Amino acid sequence: MSRYVDRHTRVLIQGLGKVGQFHTDKAIAYGTHMVAAVHPGRGGSHHRFEGESDPSGVPGRPARYRVDLPVYDTVREAVAATGADASVIYVPPAGAADAIMEAAEAGLPLIVCITEGIPVQDMVRAKRYLQGKATRLIGPNCPGVITPKQCKIGIMPGYIHRPGRVGVVSRSGTLTYEAVKQLTDVGLGQTTAVGIGGDPVNGTNFVDVLAEFQADPETEAVILIGEIGGTAEEDAAAWIATHMTKPVAAFIAGSTAPPGRRMGHAGAIISGGQGTAADKMAALEAAGVVMAPTPTDMAAAVQEAMRRVGVL
Amino acid sequence: MKIHEYQAKALLAARGIPVPQGRMATSGAEAAGAVRPLAEATGMPVVVVKSQIHAGGRGKGRFVEHPDLGGVQVVLDGRDGGVEAAEARVRELADRMLGSTLVTVQTGPEGKAVQRLYIEQGVDIERELYASVVLDRTAGRNVVMASTEGGTEIEEVAAATPEKIVREEVDPAVGLTAFQARRLAFALDLRGEAFGRGVAFFTALERAATELDTDLVEVNPLVVTRAGEVLALDAKVSIDQNALYRHPDVVGLRDLSEEEPAEVEASEYGLSFIKLDGNIGCLVNGAGLAMSTMDIIQHVGGMPANFLDVGGGATTENVTAAFKIITRDPNVRGIFVNIFGGIMRCDTIANGVVTAVRDVGLSVPLVVRLEGTNVEMGREIIEGAGIPGLVSASDMKDGARKIVELTR
Repeated sequence: MSRYVDRHTRVLIQGLGKVGQFHTDKAIAYGTHMVAAVHPGRGGSHHRFEGESDPSGVPGRPARYRVDLPVYDTVREAVAATGADASVIYVPPAGAADAIMEAAEAGLPLIVCITEGIPVQDMVRAKRYLQGKATRLIGPNCPGVITPKQCKIGIMPGYIHRPGRVGVVSRSGTLTYEAVKQLTDVGLGQTTAVGIGGDPVNGTNFVDVLAEFQADPETEAVILIGEIGGTAEEDAAAWIATHMTKPVAAFIAGSTAPPGRRMGHAGAIISGGQGTAADKMAALEAAGVVMAPTPTDMAAAVQEAMRRVGVL
Repeated sequence: MKIHEYQAKALLAARGIPVPQGRMATSGAEAAGAVRPLAEATGMPVVVVKSQIHAGGRGKGRFVEHPDLGGVQVVLDGRDGGVEAAEARVRELADRMLGSTLVTVQTGPEGKAVQRLYIEQGVDIERELYASVVLDRTAGRNVVMASTEGGTEIEEVAAATPEKIVREEVDPAVGLTAFQARRLAFALDLRGEAFGRGVAFFTALERAATELDTDLVEVNPLVVTRAGEVLALDAKVSIDQNALYRHPDVVGLRDLSEEEPAEVEASEYGLSFIKLDGNIGCLVNGAGLAMSTMDIIQHVGGMPANFLDVGGGATTENVTAAFKIITRDPNVRGIFVNIFGGIMRCDTIANGVVTAVRDVGLSVPLVVRLEGTNVEMGREIIEGAGIPGLVSASDMKDGARKIVELTR
């Protein structure tokens, strides 16, 4: 599997409630291989999805789709029956960490958790549970991951994406869309866009995704979108300085946020002078990253970074 | 969710953490009435009157109405004058403190009105130490921190003498182990009976933090008394908002008077709202976009009046409520609606804005930038409504420039 997901990825969805149904329908319309649903108590049934295929999605499909998705009580059963190799979780917050652990226990190599509002201690335990298992967790509280025209797992609007040259990694959903659209508009497109999520404890950090993009032959440049709180951007800067040969641009949200207040995302808080946008920008700039002064300038910053190393 | 010191101490005491005895009071009479039972229970004629607000730095803080008065007062009158003298002094202090505005380094210049006092036994302090349980985001685990430098802000200790802070990372599968609790007690140089009490203290503190789903438990100072007791002399506890559903008893501790009324109202509509000091109201979807909308407004020379994330699942009703909350702020001279529709559809936002303008009217300029899902529908709704004073923007920076220009 290159860059987490591609046209061969077989996806099961956990939590087939209203939100899960809505986004499963969008994913199927995009052309994602949705192979199973897990919803305890509804095992043995099928859920029908039908509609018009999304023209911005995977090419070469009929204009309409009709899928009777099999529903299972447990992830183990679903994996055994369908050979799923990724899960997307829309389970409500109180059960989401358990859903992550169930998917990991069933041996799935990739779990994408969209759920927002999971208690921190639940994620602390889930992260501990994942230790030593060959599972990659993306999120929680994230838009998901998409490889344009191959596989869309999550809640992002598919049509703004185009296959292309730039890897996108972000802690914020809407700012990811902002960057993606700009990259599409200037003709650079995306290899893969990954939302790592806005929570303080998550499965995948910037460094993990940067390493993936560095190793991926199709990714020529990267845009990193961070925000206040924690030290994930500083860690990314240190890794970029020592390991990254590809051009990187970045934007950090929250330079004018008041200290001590939680800015929407659970992880976006400046505490005790740590986690400021200024510190993060300084660290990234020192690592040779081109900073976008405003979110409107993200694609321009990528172009500048690519020009500096002569790949544009 | 923040709670008061007296509430934090009750939660900790119920989980085996020793705290001084005390009583909460909302009037001078209640405050004076707390003195005798405390003096009798502890055999100690000294009491402390502590302002209860959701901010630190109370001891060094001063009241706007009484610049000579700090937010925490030690009453020694009982040592010579007996309980009656202490009662009289506590009543006098309480009458001045209650209803007055306390300004500390954490409240901002506007300060916070003191509605509650905590009357606490005096403690014969031998040493002031520090203890806390916080999340280490990089490790994805809680850490228990301790320091010999009690009574000072831990950030200052971390900056000046980081070697004086010891940390023990907690494995969630087993909790704080006995050897880790001992290491903390050794690091604080606790001796004799205080050593065993310190080990028990750290063990109980970590358990309480996990059981209560705290964002933070901070005991500063943690004191050792001359009798060798280990006591949480102050306590700051904040609870993970996302875990409140499993702590119904803690939900009842919320003090709405400590919160901005507009923020309370916004939270009832599922909106994430923070009031700021500027004059440009912001209505945005997504936390990152909302934060960077504030940034870009300042980048082009304006000042945002608020942070507002309507969230991904907002309805027309939520958006209408958001719009009304923004327009109610008398500082607001203009509004910037900045939407990148993902799950949130632009037509939903447009309908919410149009409904709100019809309901409450619009007396300030409005700049709207719509992008993403159903953007054409959204633009048609907005333009079809013929709202006077409405200006469309092509992107975020264009919108920020326009609203800053219009509010000059």
